[in-house]
Amino acid sequence: MSIVLTDDFRESFFQECEDLLEAMNDGFRLMADDQHEIETVHAVFRAVHSIKGGAGAFGLDALVDFSHHFETALDKLRSGKLELDDEVLTLFQRCGDHLADLVTAARDGAPMDKAVGGQLNTELNEVIGAAAPEEALDSHDFQPMGLDLDLALCPVSVGRYQIIFQPWAELFRSGNEPALLFRSLSRLGVLTIRCDCSALPAFSELDCLKPYLVWHLTLESDETIDAITDAFEFVEGMCRLEITEAAAPDLDLTALDEPADPVPEVLSLPNGSDPGGVRAKPSLPAAARAETTNRNTSATIRVDLERVDKLINLVGELVIKEAMLSQSITKIALPSENEVSVGLESLKQLAGEIQEGVMAIRAQPVKPMFQRMSRIVREASIATGKRVRLVTQGEHTEVDKTVIERLVDPLTHMIRNAVDHGLEDTETRRKAGKPEEGTVILSAAHRSGRVMIDISDDGGGINRARVRKIAEEKGLVAPDADLSPVEIDNLLFLPGFSSKEEVSALSGRGVGLDVARSEVQSLGGRVSITSNPGEGTTFSISLPLTLAVLEGMVIDVAGQTMVVPITAIQETLQPRTAEIHPVGQDGRVVVNRERLVPIMDLGEVFGLRPAPEVLDNHVLLLVETDNNRHCALIVDGIQDQRQVVIKSLESNYGHVNGVAAATILGDGRIALIIDPDGIIRDATGHAGSEIQFHSVG
Amino acid sequence: MLDDVAGTRAVDREVVAFRVAGQDFCIDIMSVREIRGWTETTILPHAQRYVKGVINLRGSVVPVVDLSERLGLGMIEPGPRHVIIITVIGTQTIGLLAEVVSDILTVNDETMQPVPEIASESARAYISGMVVAQEKMIRKIDLAKVLPANGRELP
Repeated sequence: MSIVLTDDFRESFFQECEDLLEAMNDGFRLMADDQHEIETVHAVFRAVHSIKGGAGAFGLDALVDFSHHFETALDKLRSGKLELDDEVLTLFQRCGDHLADLVTAARDGAPMDKAVGGQLNTELNEVIGAAAPEEALDSHDFQPMGLDLDLALCPVSVGRYQIIFQPWAELFRSGNEPALLFRSLSRLGVLTIRCDCSALPAFSELDCLKPYLVWHLTLESDETIDAITDAFEFVEGMCRLEITEAAAPDLDLTALDEPADPVPEVLSLPNGSDPGGVRAKPSLPAAARAETTNRNTSATIRVDLERVDKLINLVGELVIKEAMLSQSITKIALPSENEVSVGLESLKQLAGEIQEGVMAIRAQPVKPMFQRMSRIVREASIATGKRVRLVTQGEHTEVDKTVIERLVDPLTHMIRNAVDHGLEDTETRRKAGKPEEGTVILSAAHRSGRVMIDISDDGGGINRARVRKIAEEKGLVAPDADLSPVEIDNLLFLPGFSSKEEVSALSGRGVGLDVARSEVQSLGGRVSITSNPGEGTTFSISLPLTLAVLEGMVIDVAGQTMVVPITAIQETLQPRTAEIHPVGQDGRVVVNRERLVPIMDLGEVFGLRPAPEVLDNHVLLLVETDNNRHCALIVDGIQDQRQVVIKSLESNYGHVNGVAAATILGDGRIALIIDPDGIIRDATGHAGSEIQFHSVG
Repeated sequence: MLDDVAGTRAVDREVVAFRVAGQDFCIDIMSVREIRGWTETTILPHAQRYVKGVINLRGSVVPVVDLSERLGLGMIEPGPRHVIIITVIGTQTIGLLAEVVSDILTVNDETMQPVPEIASESARAYISGMVVAQEKMIRKIDLAKVLPANGRELP
């Protein structure tokens, strides 16, 4: 009964797995917070069960085996045979992590480390306890829900026997056939057979090697109960068999109206094969029904990302076209309050709203990413032997999908860092009068058009003396440099800085915070640190909401229009009033807030013109890079501040130093978006970090 | 449709003929996306002299190459009469600056002649063959050589 399943199905199975794993982790979180009800346990159970079902359909044996085991343990919890304590919860969470790994491995076709699974299986077995394996096997399926109690409820006459017959897989494996059994039973008297299909899973989740059916038989016979039991002699130990003698004489007519001779129906089954797969009765299993309703509450559709991106591009076009149109209408100088302008204004609003709406499609809550982080914390906690609790806030904050995807690595690193370096060990914490369990808070929020993600720990804060010492030893900073506390904190971001004396397996792998930071920067984000001795450290990541639009300042340089990302601009200065000093042959610095900032001409940087001698008719843009480097750029004028759609320059041309991307302005022309980081990097050559800090300090 | 006769005899090809610096050139019509009038470009910093800058082609950023400068025939001072031939090579879209597009011709491969040895080195590097049509000598341009396969080679 092998079914050829296309990649499409496979793909949607794995997508579904992600949702299910999320639901599972949700459940675990509620359990951890002690807010769970029995429905929570059911939800987790259902999630694991559905994964198992799907995996079975695709022949992912490792996944099926483990989820089955996991599910058995969860069932113990569900049925109240298992008490949920911290230990069990931790085990379940680890199992959940492993399950997620297995799903990933199955999707990528990667091999899995069997040791982890084996270890977890052993632990699960301990939890499951002395329960017989048969029972375990039995209980993992949907329990018979007693749907056919109408028969049992009505008392029947003397000589009536109620038989519940549920064959196990062994029965079919040994070549027995229920139909033949029923036939021999029917020789003993009048036999009424009802098949209970309520345990049948959806077709896609069907495991063809597993029987799902339960038969409820009613036999009117003069024979003794022993004679009836004898009929099942050959299948003893291979099925659940309950034979009860009913006493009352009342006959239930509806029961008798049931098919008088259902045997032929049973006979139509393929011999010895799965009796469950063929007949899917319209009545869904109760659990499956519950799942369907759950899905309906949050109606979603899956859309190919490509389609969304195409739509985003088109809407970007629309906004540009609209701007072009308004520009040309302004040119023909219509009288004020004319219909065209009014209509155009509402068109502009609509276009803006559509753009916002389309962008929102790409936005996703950070929740799944935060859930992954809770796993990182768990693993880090085990590796360091520190007790850590992760608190997440604002997990419904929505961020562009690409941003989320590319944020996973830097965030992982920072979380590990917080547990490994941020939190003190238990002993130190106790001495400091803090709770032994450390807390890491991961929060997300929208703030003024950007997304802020904070990672805070309640550890000892940055040991600045030690950081400075290490930086000096590694030659990252001059011994006599005058550094403010903030500057010392920022030393952590220097390449090659690793404050841990011995390389720990966890976060000191040579890739330091500098890698995490450059990753965030490549997303147009910034990272900053605040630290209070004894109270803890907070890493703040500030990110743009989307990678498709950017808030920029539109400027003029040497007859060209360019855009500078607003996030890089600290302030604008009028050279007339600013204090400018020549340095060397053609260098200039401007004094700003008691700091000497080098001046660069944007026109000269781009080879458009020689730097102007007199700056009176120009404007200075004070820009700051994330390396804390500052620079004042000479521009000819500032036009506007507006949102621009980011267009790639790379696809048809290539990377240009000092240029981040391009955009299309209202007049339909292309303007380059400037990359201040790149400009400063080019201007200072491959300046080491030492120079950075001297130039600032 | 052209492929039907391939292998039996030389293939007829349609080419777009145009004028650059007083000389006639042509490229395969299959690589031409559209022809549009000259629009002001946005200058690209650090670019080669023959890269005129970039234009907006319905939302894509398309670089414009001054074919005359590229072929060593001197730089064009573009005006409203000039045209940009939008071409596609592989995944890249690039505009070619030309004086005027003259015709669409059908050229048989057999009539295509190799570039004479006496032609300059740079001309021979970009011209794959020559053909006489309508009493004009038309040079066929090897687009892949004129336009670097990868934009990164341009700056």
